[in-house]
Amino acid sequence: MWNSRRLVLAHLWFAFASFGAALPLGEWQMFIRSPLHPWISDPEWYYRSVTAHGTTMAYVFPTLVAMGFGYFVTEQALRRPMVGLRWAWLGFALVVVGTIAAIVPVALGRASVLYTFYPPLIGHPSYYIGIVLVVVGSWVWVALMSINMYRWKRDNPGAPVPFPMFATVAGSYLWAWTAVGAALELLFQIIPVALGLRDTIDAGLARVFFSWTLHAIVYFWLMPAYIAYYTIVPRAIGGRLFSDTMGRIAFILFLVVAMPIGIHHAFEDPQIGSGFKYLHSVVTAVVALPTVLTVFTICASVEIAGRLRGGKGVLGWLAALPWRNPVMLGAALSFVMLGFGGAGGLINMSYQLNATVHNTQWITGHFHLIFAGAIVIMYFVIAYDIWPHLTGRTLDSFGLMRAQLWTWFIGMIVLTFPWHWVGILGMPRRMAFYDYTDPAIAPQALSVTMSVIGGAILVISGVLFFIVLVRGQTTLRTEPAVYRFSVAVRPPRTLPAALNGFGLWLGLMVALTIVNYGFPIAHSLATPGTAVPAVKVGERW
Amino acid sequence: MTHLSTSDEGADHGEQTERRWAAVAVAILVLLVVMATFAALYHGAMPQSRVETADPRTLHLGGEFIESNLGSALEPDGTVTVRFIGQQYSFTPSCILVPTDTPVTFRVTSADVVHGFLIDGTNINLMLVPGYISSLGARFETPGERLMPCHEFCSVGHEGMWGRIKIIDKAAFSRMAAERRRLSCVE
Repeated sequence: MWNSRRLVLAHLWFAFASFGAALPLGEWQMFIRSPLHPWISDPEWYYRSVTAHGTTMAYVFPTLVAMGFGYFVTEQALRRPMVGLRWAWLGFALVVVGTIAAIVPVALGRASVLYTFYPPLIGHPSYYIGIVLVVVGSWVWVALMSINMYRWKRDNPGAPVPFPMFATVAGSYLWAWTAVGAALELLFQIIPVALGLRDTIDAGLARVFFSWTLHAIVYFWLMPAYIAYYTIVPRAIGGRLFSDTMGRIAFILFLVVAMPIGIHHAFEDPQIGSGFKYLHSVVTAVVALPTVLTVFTICASVEIAGRLRGGKGVLGWLAALPWRNPVMLGAALSFVMLGFGGAGGLINMSYQLNATVHNTQWITGHFHLIFAGAIVIMYFVIAYDIWPHLTGRTLDSFGLMRAQLWTWFIGMIVLTFPWHWVGILGMPRRMAFYDYTDPAIAPQALSVTMSVIGGAILVISGVLFFIVLVRGQTTLRTEPAVYRFSVAVRPPRTLPAALNGFGLWLGLMVALTIVNYGFPIAHSLATPGTAVPAVKVGERW
Repeated sequence: MTHLSTSDEGADHGEQTERRWAAVAVAILVLLVVMATFAALYHGAMPQSRVETADPRTLHLGGEFIESNLGSALEPDGTVTVRFIGQQYSFTPSCILVPTDTPVTFRVTSADVVHGFLIDGTNINLMLVPGYISSLGARFETPGERLMPCHEFCSVGHEGMWGRIKIIDKAAFSRMAAERRRLSCVE
């Protein structure tokens, strides 16, 4: 039955290897721009590093984790061999080839455009084509998730799709559709210019397309973490999932409303009118809902575990929780970071408050706290939980795991809290150095130095993570028990079609996208004279 | 709050709590949206509303962003319009002069790539996208000098793209405006 073991392991090893390579780049950047280092003589190296760090961490690492974990869930939740193993390896190969194609020109300084592309800046075509290959490879995964779910449904008519699979397929559809925005930008706008077929580009339209991808991609990163909250955490700590139905509703809400809200990244842009900015602001408020529902369901599930372990009273169940269990610890630390990051997110989505923090270091702090913090710490938890089932060896360095999770949490707080603060003080993003002798900037020096320390703690934590995994390759071989996901308090026996499939929800997702993006895109296309000359980067003359 | 119970009573109690939680969450979100809507409609606090275009290839040949028209202009109605350009890697003019207690309209565009600017200690924050004109209304209360960095990556010289804005007394500004058509603090 279990024939995707090597496939999953290949995805996760490549994911974590890319993470391990990109992590020190982040810390190097923190150091270079801090008062601890003199001004870098060639700032291009700084932007080259930012491009490599962002491209790897945003496109390669989470995509491979989602794919690998998705394949794992497919076999373990459906309890039968996965269909399309060869296609899955093809998808993996596309991601690997794409990553190399993208990173080589970045390393050579031929594509220092940052992972957000920023046309009319144009880098080497291999960079963009590489990213397209990564996305196409991930679309193979989307198709396989869908095919496996529908084959299972065909063979089990009327039976509820196991919740882990349902959630995974929701995440894959979310990604398939949200990636379309950047794909349109790359295929129809950027790549033709990079190849020299055209020499002008509509930068405003490109920003609209990119915003289509830019917000929901965060929810795609989030999906494995949320799936772990629902399907791993309650089981690992001896509890029950509070509500299977509420979980399905949360993932459906993510699928429908997470996508067409990206214009809140462009509130201060000139190419979109205020009406659509307002609309996106309102719909962004709705996407907070599935997260708030998740917080309830997971806390209730954890409370069940605490009470089953003998916890009494209003707060006594908290003390009864298995805090030495890395899954418990990781999930709790993740929730704390999700809470702070979510509160910051409510400020970013605000129609008015956004102007105070837009494109300052606040934003960098925000998405590191959410993604690198709340989400990536759950990637570690997932790895710790499923690793023995992949390698057939025990993973028993529990003390090291706890140290790793704590250092990741502390490092992330020490990194991002000062980052938020200097953002409020008005420090702009993505600069290779700052003039700390300027009296207006001098007060930010201490905070930037603290972020360097936070980054160093994160690098140490990253090293600990690899030590845990490598030690797991040398332990005794065991045949792990059958993998189990959380069981709901009241597992569903039958479900309405709407909670057991996606037809209706995909229709709504596309419809809402057309409503929210149709006019801004059509308007940009119809406005004459907005194509501007491309500005090539990285060409030495 | 929640109890693991095989009886439906415990589960129903949990579901009731869950519904109440969802209702409170929805209420908070509705409140946030209502506040934002009120601030937008009543205080006019909202992002740029109109979409206007400007061709970066011909900015220097004519139109409102021609060099002689850049800087701060005192309009007949007593308001001030500030026009400037962002390009790799500076603003033109690089020091903006504005009066206190006067409605100021910024009209800004880019001559090459995507830029942006914010003014320290204020909530003035705009993206500059080549091909489009960014505009924003503002009002300054206290005199002083503030930094105005480019806040969007615009290629390898981005870290050097810092402008300044000088806010001076309204009367002094009026005197200067009587002598020169367009004002800035670039010497």
